[in-house]
Amino acid sequence: MVPTSYYLILSAILFALGVVGVLIRRNVLIIFMSVEMMLNAVNLTFAALSIHFLNLNGQIFVLMAMVVAAAEVAVGLAIVMTVVRHKDTTNIEDVNLLKG
Amino acid sequence: MLDYAWLMLVFPALGTLVIALFGTRLGKRVVGVLAPAMVALSFGVAVWMFVTLLGLPAEERTREVMLWQWMTAGSFSVNVALLLDQLSVTMALVVTGVGFLIHVYSIGYMHDDARVPRFFAFLNFFILMMLTLVLANNYLLLYVGWEGVGLASYLLIGFWFEKPSAADAGKKAFLVNRIGDFGLAIAIMLIWTTLGTLQFRDVFALAPTALTGAVVTAITMLLLLAATGKSAQIPLYVWLPDAMEGPTPVSALIHAATMVTAGVYMLARSAVLLGLATTTSTWVAVIGVVTALFAASIALTQTDLKRILAYSTISQLGYMFLGVGVGAYASGIFHLMTHAFFKALLFLAAGSVMHALAGELDIRKMGNLRAKMPVTHWTFLIGAAALAGIPLFSGFFSKDEILWYAWQRSPWLWLVGLITAALTAIYAFRAVFVPFWGQERDRKLFHHAHESPRVMTVPLILLAVGAVLAGYVGIPHFSLFETWLEPAFTAAKNTAPVSGGILEWVLLAISALVALGGAFIAYRAYVVDTEIPKRVRASLGWFAKLVENKYYIDELYNMVIVQPLRDLSGWFAGSFDKRGIDGAVNGIAGVTGWVGTQTRKLQSGMVGLYALSILFGAVALLAWLVIR
Repeated sequence: MVPTSYYLILSAILFALGVVGVLIRRNVLIIFMSVEMMLNAVNLTFAALSIHFLNLNGQIFVLMAMVVAAAEVAVGLAIVMTVVRHKDTTNIEDVNLLKG
Repeated sequence: MLDYAWLMLVFPALGTLVIALFGTRLGKRVVGVLAPAMVALSFGVAVWMFVTLLGLPAEERTREVMLWQWMTAGSFSVNVALLLDQLSVTMALVVTGVGFLIHVYSIGYMHDDARVPRFFAFLNFFILMMLTLVLANNYLLLYVGWEGVGLASYLLIGFWFEKPSAADAGKKAFLVNRIGDFGLAIAIMLIWTTLGTLQFRDVFALAPTALTGAVVTAITMLLLLAATGKSAQIPLYVWLPDAMEGPTPVSALIHAATMVTAGVYMLARSAVLLGLATTTSTWVAVIGVVTALFAASIALTQTDLKRILAYSTISQLGYMFLGVGVGAYASGIFHLMTHAFFKALLFLAAGSVMHALAGELDIRKMGNLRAKMPVTHWTFLIGAAALAGIPLFSGFFSKDEILWYAWQRSPWLWLVGLITAALTAIYAFRAVFVPFWGQERDRKLFHHAHESPRVMTVPLILLAVGAVLAGYVGIPHFSLFETWLEPAFTAAKNTAPVSGGILEWVLLAISALVALGGAFIAYRAYVVDTEIPKRVRASLGWFAKLVENKYYIDELYNMVIVQPLRDLSGWFAGSFDKRGIDGAVNGIAGVTGWVGTQTRKLQSGMVGLYALSILFGAVALLAWLVIR
């Protein structure tokens, strides 16, 4: 049996990778994938702790997070598609119409 | 029969409406018939009411005619109702009678004016409002008439509004009157709060028991303030001389039949209240007699024919105030009536002169006009004789009566009144001798002069008859007028006693001599030896200059009241409004803009930065949750 702390450490590493990816990458799609990675890191935590505490709530929450993530991807990709069509770029720095 | 009194108001109201709405379509000729006809019908009703009242026993000569309930709010209730008694019917007769003659005269005088229908609509409105004022049976309806004549006078004084001076005079009349109106409004509120009613009958019935001395004094002093505004007494007389800017029939109407008599009427109507407040009565008498002397001295120095008459009106109103102040209400109203005749006559005759001389009013340019305008001359002479109080003319009887009552109150009042009478005789005859007698001074003007058309001279003749005969209803001791009017004032406490004796005849003789002496002095100074006025003027030095400039009262008011107000308004408009109000608005806008410029820097457009701030926010939140 793998100790719970391993899962949590893995999850923390995944989450940190996701954060760094969101912060330093410029490509919209990569940022998107980093966000998904953060979500899944959290999911992993949920699942691990659910087993640890023998409480099913955590697993139910994982399912809900997946649904939300799926919805978010649908909306997000649609936005990305429109941006690409208008600006012909996936570089986040070229999308600054709302700059003050 | 008395219930038909409302017809008196309906006719001028109808005239006003029809002429105002369809006047231009009806044309000058129809309007010129319609407007006087309406006033004539109103006069007819007034006569009818008068005869009906005469037919009743003296103690039943008061009738209230309820028209409709005007407003009710809780215990506050005011009716539109008319009060018919000796006083109001007398006033209505004067207003409609003299008003009618002035209307007729106006047909001729305003013949060439472009806005005849408007003029007659205003005139009818003036009569309507004055009748409302006079016939009202409560203070609030009186106030409606009071404000109405104020409005009408504003419209008519400023009738030739293309002239800046006329527009200014209209504004001045309105604004000065507002000060008095304010007094009346406060007085009415005070009556309401203390007595709970505004109806004359109830107010006068309750006042002697329900009011304390201080309250009565306050109410009557406020009424006095109102009266000084409308009746052009010190300190609010300044609008009346300027009101000469209006067409001459308007001056005649304001001075004789409507407007200025309102103050005297209102005070006489409030006789019961005045009787309770001796302080105020004294004030009324003193203000009256001082104004009389003051205005008479100014009239002596004026060179504008209409201005002489304007100051004489102020002076004569002073006499009426004196009468009311010493408790001789009937005498005050008697003088009001005789004055209405001879002052309307004088003004219309002056208008006739103006008409003949293409608007010229400077008496120094006239002379020997009697050769060209006999009717105007004779009627003016009669008017001046009545004004001067020459025996057997109307002014003599009424003025003497007031002086006699003044003597009983205080010989000092009588003395000042007598000096005024002398001055009055001098300036009245100066106004006759300088323009009508002597040599012609301006050949071109004289050549141009002609007698006025009959539509103007006939009213003059009728008024002249009135100016002579009006006094005979009030011959001392056989006074029909006083017997008629006195019951209206019996409720007032300090109605002057009628004691006679040899003294009365001595005083009568003195005032007759003074009037004749004044006329003689005027004859010497302005016909025989025209150098006399110049010598007198030189011997008086600075005082002559002071009087000639009307005691610099206009300048004083300008300096003390008008200019500071203007400066204050200027400051409000220039500094306070621009810096204060606009500054506040612009300041708020500026601050908002500045905050916006500062905060927009946050919107860098770099998504990474946004993500980083979210991260920091999340970490901070987490840290807070953990540390807590």
